[in-house]
This record gives sequence, structure tokens and C-alpha cells, in this order.
Amino acid sequence: MSEKEILLDVRDLCTVFQVGKRKTVTAVNGISFQVGAGEILGLVGESGCGKSVTSLSVMQLLKNTSGRVVSGQILLKGKDLLHCTEKEMRAVRGKEISMIFQEPMSSLNPSMRIEAQMVEAIRLHTDMDKKAARDHALTMMRKVGIANPETTIRSYPHQLSGGMSQRVMIAMAMSCDPTVLIADEPTTALDVTIQAQILQLMRQIRDNNNTGILLITHDLGVVAEMCSRVIVMYAGRIVEEAPVQELFAAPKHPYTQGLIASVPKLGSGVTSLPSIPGSVPDLSMMPAGCKFAPRCSKACDRCHQTEPPLYRLKDGRQSRCWLAESEAVQPAEEKEEQIG
Amino acid sequence: MSENNNSVNSASSAYMDDPVLQNRSRAREFFKKFCQRKTAVVAGCFIILLIVLAIIGPSIAPYDPDVYDYSNMRAAPSLQHLMGTDEFGRDVFSRLLAGTRLSLGSALAAVLVGAALGTILGILAGYYGGILESLVMRGSDVLFAMPDILLCIAIVAIIGPGLINVIIAVTVFTIPSFARVMRSATLTVRGSLHVEVARSLGCPDSRILWKHIFPGTVQAMIVNFTMRIGSAILAASSLSFLGFGADVGAPEWGAMLSSGRNFIGVADHLILFPGLLIFLTVLAFNLFGDGLRDTLDPKIK
Repeated sequence: MSEKEILLDVRDLCTVFQVGKRKTVTAVNGISFQVGAGEILGLVGESGCGKSVTSLSVMQLLKNTSGRVVSGQILLKGKDLLHCTEKEMRAVRGKEISMIFQEPMSSLNPSMRIEAQMVEAIRLHTDMDKKAARDHALTMMRKVGIANPETTIRSYPHQLSGGMSQRVMIAMAMSCDPTVLIADEPTTALDVTIQAQILQLMRQIRDNNNTGILLITHDLGVVAEMCSRVIVMYAGRIVEEAPVQELFAAPKHPYTQGLIASVPKLGSGVTSLPSIPGSVPDLSMMPAGCKFAPRCSKACDRCHQTEPPLYRLKDGRQSRCWLAESEAVQPAEEKEEQIG
Repeated sequence: MSENNNSVNSASSAYMDDPVLQNRSRAREFFKKFCQRKTAVVAGCFIILLIVLAIIGPSIAPYDPDVYDYSNMRAAPSLQHLMGTDEFGRDVFSRLLAGTRLSLGSALAAVLVGAALGTILGILAGYYGGILESLVMRGSDVLFAMPDILLCIAIVAIIGPGLINVIIAVTVFTIPSFARVMRSATLTVRGSLHVEVARSLGCPDSRILWKHIFPGTVQAMIVNFTMRIGSAILAASSLSFLGFGADVGAPEWGAMLSSGRNFIGVADHLILFPGLLIFLTVLAFNLFGDGLRDTLDPKIK
């Protein structure tokens, strides 16, 4: 895995949102991760922890919001996207990086036929004429398992089911053969059978095109199924990174432990599930020390005072917890003072 | 549905989520819903009648609207002259028919131009925000702060009387209402996921505006359009009534009302029929607009 070509390299990404005149909140704070060719990287965390903002930052789609990326690098095959002009970014979006979204039913323009939308997506980045683009659209639709593309391509989005819309979205996102695919909770709005099919489809795409996929989800089941490596986010920070098996076998960070414990296991016969007490702190009123400390069962005084750095552990794992200090390969990262 | 799909596609697809094709025509559904609103349907029929009259009116008029008949001045309505004759003996019915074109035409022209300009400004303001938005919206607020008629009079006073200038004046006071409505419609559509998807696919702004945002705002525009025609007719007629608009001799409804008011005591049919027609036309457009809004608005069932 380490030998694979790195497609997307995000370094120390910080995204802040302007709230009010002078006040800002940091939604994403110093996030670094890499997506290699043919790799599926999971990004897990509960609502509001910055997963979607991370993906929007990578795509530079924060223009219409009050958010902006303040520091860091987003390297796509070595090219820093943060230094691209809007025009250059347009050429990257859809061509190099594509994105699929959470709600397939509202992802498609209700006033356009599928045909028009797919042809548009294709012609934005290629020189194909309408006819060739339509043929390519049909090929793509067949590839994503749409049984009768000729009928589907002439429908309007409201005539399609959720799973069908998501397939069309994937076909659209994949139509220009992007190297990186960002899937922002692609299966959340679908029922489980369709979920399994869509996930299978994404794996298939990865196998065929060697696409690097950043899979954003809050469903640990999906992560276990799909990903090779997982990043756990909490309150805009990475709290743990690990290969998927090891994450589930031995989670290092108490937050991850809590997350995994709160997933029901088949046949365990428990009547009530353990949960993590409390809720995610408001981004504008973050606790001083470790952001998870108020909810953490293992928190000590030190946790409440200073935030732990992201410790590098063996096997490429990382954990942002004082408890991991003893296992750290490197004592701490150079970014420590910045985080504190 | 599913049975059908399974039997047809089981060989080619193992997936269960084949398209649920609902072959219903949107236009038919809309028409059915609209027909449930009786007043709006009646209003719609009246509008269609007006439009037909505006097109063929002069040719079916029993008399020439501009021919004087001094032997038959201010005659009361009779079988010969359905709505009587005016102070120069001209047939009121024929003049109203001929005037439909003028009154309806000028209002339509004004609202069309106003809608086009207002829509462009509103969509741009809603999409880009920032200084452009402040400029457009504050400008609209300034125009909104003044009563419609007063604004029109002020504009006509500056650029001079005449039918074309009345159209310009009505256009100016139509723009802000469209700018405001279209901006809010744009804000709603701009935030929707499919616009973000379009951007994530690398769509340029111009295309997003035209292909992905504009179609979503058309409903709001159509409704506002019908609503504004009513007030535009009223404004254009008022201006003509006040002597700022069409030529005094022209068969414009407001102008007819204006010249008829001198004879209110002796020949009330001179103001009754033009006034009634203006009233009915404005009412029809407003009721029609209400009906359209209720049918098109997904929030109202």
C-alpha cells in the first residue's frame, strides 16, 4: 500500500467560517491525509465534525458560503489546488476530482432530462459532440448497472428511484474518468440493499479505474466493508488514523472506542447500547484542552488543560490522545505549539 | 411496476432499483389542478377573450372608432350603439374594442421589458451577492418606497408625456418587484444540491445561472408576471386619465375615462363602460395570478 502513487495529498488543512463581523469558527483544523491510487480512505465522524467541510475545501466549493481555507496545502498529483484560479479549478472539478453527494434525489436538476445533464457533464471536459457524448453517457450508465439506459436517459429525475439517481450521479461523476472520487455519505439516504449495491459499484469502479476514493460517512459498517484506511474526525480534528482492521481490533482513541462500542453486534443480545455521553461541543465554544475530554471516560487533568498532539504510532497509525504518548514512534509532531 | 421490471430486466440486471417510470404528463396534471380553481378559470377565459379582442378587435368593431357623428352625440346605449356614443358621436363599443390593443399592449410591453430586466438583475444579485446585491436591492427599496403612480408621474414628468414614455415609466416601476422576487427565488435554488453538483462537475457560472438556476425560478416569475400586468394596466390607464399618456383622442381606456368624466352627470355610460372594463381586466389578471400561484406553489396543496 505504501508503494502506491499518492493522488491526493492534503496537508494541514484549516478551514474557518465567518460568523458575525469579527468572529470566526474553525470547522477544520490542521487536517492531513493522503489518498493513494486504488485506495479507499474512510473519513468517519459524527455530524458537524467537519467531514463535509473537508470535502468541500478540497473541491474549493466554499465560495458561496462564509467559509474559506486559511492554510494548508491540497496537492493533487503534486499540484496545489489552493493556488489554482477559479478557471483552473473548473477544469479540475469533474475531470480530476469528482464528487457524489448524500441525497441522490436532489442531486439532479429536476428541470432537465438525465440526458441533458450527463451530456453536459461530459462535454464540459471533452471535445465530444452531442452524439458522441450521448453514446458515452449510455456506456457510462451501462457500466454503473443501469439496465435500460435508453429509457432512463430520457427520464426526468423525479421518475427515478433513489438508488437509480445515485447510479446516474456516479455515472456522471465518473464520466470523465477522474483520478479521485470524493463520496460524501453516498449511501446514507438509501435503504440497505441499495446501499450494498452502490458500495459494490464503487469498489468495482476503484478496481477498474484505479481511482482513489475518499469515502465520507458516519456509518462504521460501511467503513469496515469498504475502506483500507480510516481517519476518525472529532470537532474538526483528526483524532485517529489507522488501517481498517487494526482500527476495529484495537482502537486507540477513547472516542473511536466509544464509536465502535456503540455499534450493535449481531447475536450479542444486549438490550441497551453503550453511548458516548454528551454531544459535540459548539465550534465557537471549544474546551481548552483535548476537545473530547468533557465526554471522555478516561480524561484526566492533563486532558482538560492541554490538547494532545497527533502522535505517530507504529504501522502508520496516529492518535490524538495522551494515552498514546507511551506508544508514540515520534514523540510529537512539529505542529504541537500551533495546535496548543 | 416492480413485477414488470423484474420480468423484463432480470436477465440483464440483477439490481432491484430500476427506474420507477411514472408516465404522467406534468402539463396535464397542472391543468387539472388549475381547473379546480373556478374563479381563476373564469379570469383566464376573460383574459383570453381580451387578447383575442386585442388582435381582431378593430376588424370586428361595428363602427370606425375615429369617425365623428355630430348628429348622434352622447347617445345612450341602444341597439345601434351598444354602449352609446361619446361627445363626438363616436361609438363607445368600437372604441373600447380598438383600445384593447393600446391598453393591453402597452401594459404587456411594459411588464415584459420590466420582467426581463428585473429578472436579470434579481438573478445576478441573488447568485453573486456582495456589492451587486446591495446595489440592486437597495435600489429596489428606493423605488418601492414611492407609490407606483407617483413614481410614474415623476418619470413621465421628466421624460415627457406620450404612450411610449408611459410604457417606460411603468417598466421602471415593474423592475424592482421582479428583482426582489427573482432574487429570493434564486437564493432558494442556489442553495439546492443540484447546483452544487453542477459546480462540482466544473460548470461555469454562466451555465449554472442559465441552465440550473433560471428554470427553478420561472414559476415565481410567471406568477409575478400575471400579477404585475394588472397593476401595469391600472398605472397606464391612470396616467392616460391624468393626461400624461396616450393622445387625448386615442381610444385608450384611461383616456376615454378622462374625456368622459366631463359628462358624468349627463352621459354616465361614457365612464361606466371604460371604467368597468379596466376594473374587470385588472381583476381578471389578479385572480388569474392568484390561481396560478396556488397551482404552482408546492407548499399550498
